[in-house]
Amino acid sequence: MSPRGAVSSTLVIRGGRVIDPAASIDAEQDVLIEDGKIARLAARITPPPEATVIDASGKWVCPGFIDMHVHLREPGHEYKETVATGTRAAAAGGFTAVCCMANTQPVNDNRAVTDYIRAKAESEGVVRVYPIGAVSRGLAGRELAELAELAEAGCVAFSDDGKCVMNAELYRRAMEYTLPFGTPVISHAEDDTLARDGCMHEGVVSTELGLSGIPAAAEDVMVARDIVLAELTGAHVHIAHVSSAGAVRLVRDAKARGVRVTAEVTPHHLLLTDEAVRSWDGNMKMAPPLRTKRDVEALIEALVDGTIDCVATDHAPHALSEKEGEFDHAANGVVGLETAVCVLVDRLVKPGLLPLVTLVSRLSRDPARLLRLPGGSLGAGAPADVTLIDPDAAITIDPARFASRSRNTPFTGWTATGRPWKTIVGGKVVWQ
Amino acid sequence: MGWTRKDLVTIRELEAAEILTLIDTAASLQEIAGREIKKVPALRGKTIVNLFYENSTRTRTSFEIAGKWLSADVINFSASGSSAAKGESFVDTARNIAAMSPDVVVVRHSASGAPALLAKALPCAIVNAGDGAHEHPTQALLDLLTIREKKGHFDGLSVAIVGDIAHSRVARSNIHGMRKLGMTVTVAGPPTLIPPYAQELGCKVSYRLEDAIRDVDVIMMLRLQQERMHAGLIPSLREYSRYWGLTLDRLAAHARPDVLIMHPGPVNRGVELSPEVADGPYSVILDQVAKGVAVRMAVLLLLAGGRSAEGPSQ
Repeated sequence: MSPRGAVSSTLVIRGGRVIDPAASIDAEQDVLIEDGKIARLAARITPPPEATVIDASGKWVCPGFIDMHVHLREPGHEYKETVATGTRAAAAGGFTAVCCMANTQPVNDNRAVTDYIRAKAESEGVVRVYPIGAVSRGLAGRELAELAELAEAGCVAFSDDGKCVMNAELYRRAMEYTLPFGTPVISHAEDDTLARDGCMHEGVVSTELGLSGIPAAAEDVMVARDIVLAELTGAHVHIAHVSSAGAVRLVRDAKARGVRVTAEVTPHHLLLTDEAVRSWDGNMKMAPPLRTKRDVEALIEALVDGTIDCVATDHAPHALSEKEGEFDHAANGVVGLETAVCVLVDRLVKPGLLPLVTLVSRLSRDPARLLRLPGGSLGAGAPADVTLIDPDAAITIDPARFASRSRNTPFTGWTATGRPWKTIVGGKVVWQ
Repeated sequence: MGWTRKDLVTIRELEAAEILTLIDTAASLQEIAGREIKKVPALRGKTIVNLFYENSTRTRTSFEIAGKWLSADVINFSASGSSAAKGESFVDTARNIAAMSPDVVVVRHSASGAPALLAKALPCAIVNAGDGAHEHPTQALLDLLTIREKKGHFDGLSVAIVGDIAHSRVARSNIHGMRKLGMTVTVAGPPTLIPPYAQELGCKVSYRLEDAIRDVDVIMMLRLQQERMHAGLIPSLREYSRYWGLTLDRLAAHARPDVLIMHPGPVNRGVELSPEVADGPYSVILDQVAKGVAVRMAVLLLLAGGRSAEGPSQ
């Protein structure tokens, strides 16, 4: 859970624009870090003699970003990603903590796997790693995993992500059983019987291309079911990677009624549509699929107004051979850790579609709140996890330069202004 | 208009003039089939690879004959019994074939977009011989050639395409081609076999056979692609044929006397077409097949040797 190596040095981040939504701060401040924790913020801090000083003038200083939805692929799929490479990708993308999904091999449905992931993170990781446990044994959707022991071992949420738990009764029981742990159930909401063998959004483009489509209804009916089950059980249900305008509407209505439902959205669903599939590029394939302009507009609106609580990348590394062939056969998912901040700052914040303070909140304070994680703020006593962004640095996205072991990004060749500058975890600069 | 493209992957991307170039060239090549020596030297020394990942008799044979009549060396590569059956990926197979320097690769694949991937990856000319439910350009070209020969023109003609539109690459290529040439298209079938947003392709949609075939110039019946259909799209073949089968009675009652009946084959006799209609006076199904060779010769000629001034029939 903690970054590699003990850190006790004193650090001053000087002259940056501090954006800390939890404390309603957006001002030029100095940040003093001592013993891995935020000591204080002030307009001007005289560095103690032993302190290292980072001149952050012109930079944005944010609470460390938390990606609550990544696939680190270890154990079992180390050719795609490992804890070592995945956490380096996170650091390079400005993330100081990640939550890793359970669809490893073996599945994280028992304490031994959770312990293994945490040990790997301790010895080889560079950012904080919070495992998410499986809801069902083997992700098979038939019987509950040992949820209490997983929670005790440090799982911060439960999900069969990558698969939808089609058995409503089992899902209800998972929600009830985990109530005492305070851990949300995270739903990959996609009705298998409606999604069938679809490989893209069902719409005008799928009809033209002759690819089998997944209707937005496949997501919407399952979001509706999960909201109803959350009402029935009183549990906290978190909807992963919301992609449709219909799901947004359902979540908004449920929140207004006081249902404990939260939601996340990915950068690719915020910035791309099914038109991208015309390229036949396997890197445009993911579940849920890229949808329409109307859906994208609804997602952005929901992210701004708080219907969607946070941004998560659903970082899903795959080898080239799993992505380069026929679109039908390409694996689902794209990497996202190293591009999220760049594309969101450049395409949403700079054009004025999303306030900067909102983006920072959706990447730090809000995921920390949903999962009750340390961090998410720069308040005194908080872990010294800090994301520094250079808003003026230009970048052309080049997968060959990724720290991730995989290259399957839909953003190849995109240019952006604004990129991570330094990433600090527990008071230690882990990437710059 | 000349031909400047490296590949023939879709009808959708072609200009009307390019479609006419292909059809005109095919028309001029038709007489070769009537010669005693069916051979012209136009593609001598050129290599054509037929890369068929999906079963096909008619289309593969048609491409093979077309290549041979043009004197090209034609190699047939089918997925079964080849490296593909041993687990080699599509992309790897393609790279290996490309390393053998063919001039044209003709590809048939069950996955939509496979020919487009090849066109991007390989330097040689790629011909789409049917990809998934996406396009089947040479089928549309031979259909168009047949229509022009029988009707004398395209502009203002109306066509009904009937059946499993959702899974049909023939329908998509024809819709694009017919619209570009000034025809109006109605697609018809039970709603479960009509793709969502079909009207966005520029055609009308009808859910009743009798309405769809009234007063049209051409009726194109599609094969009910049983092998592609997921259970539950139609209740039974019996019910389908009862409501969507084209019979002489229905033709007499609702269609024009000079209507053309087309079918891309293979026909499910007694399902979408009654035998009397398939073999009847309205049917041009065998004309379509005959024109297939000429169309494929035209495509190969324009892609592989196309810019030379050497006329094929001199």
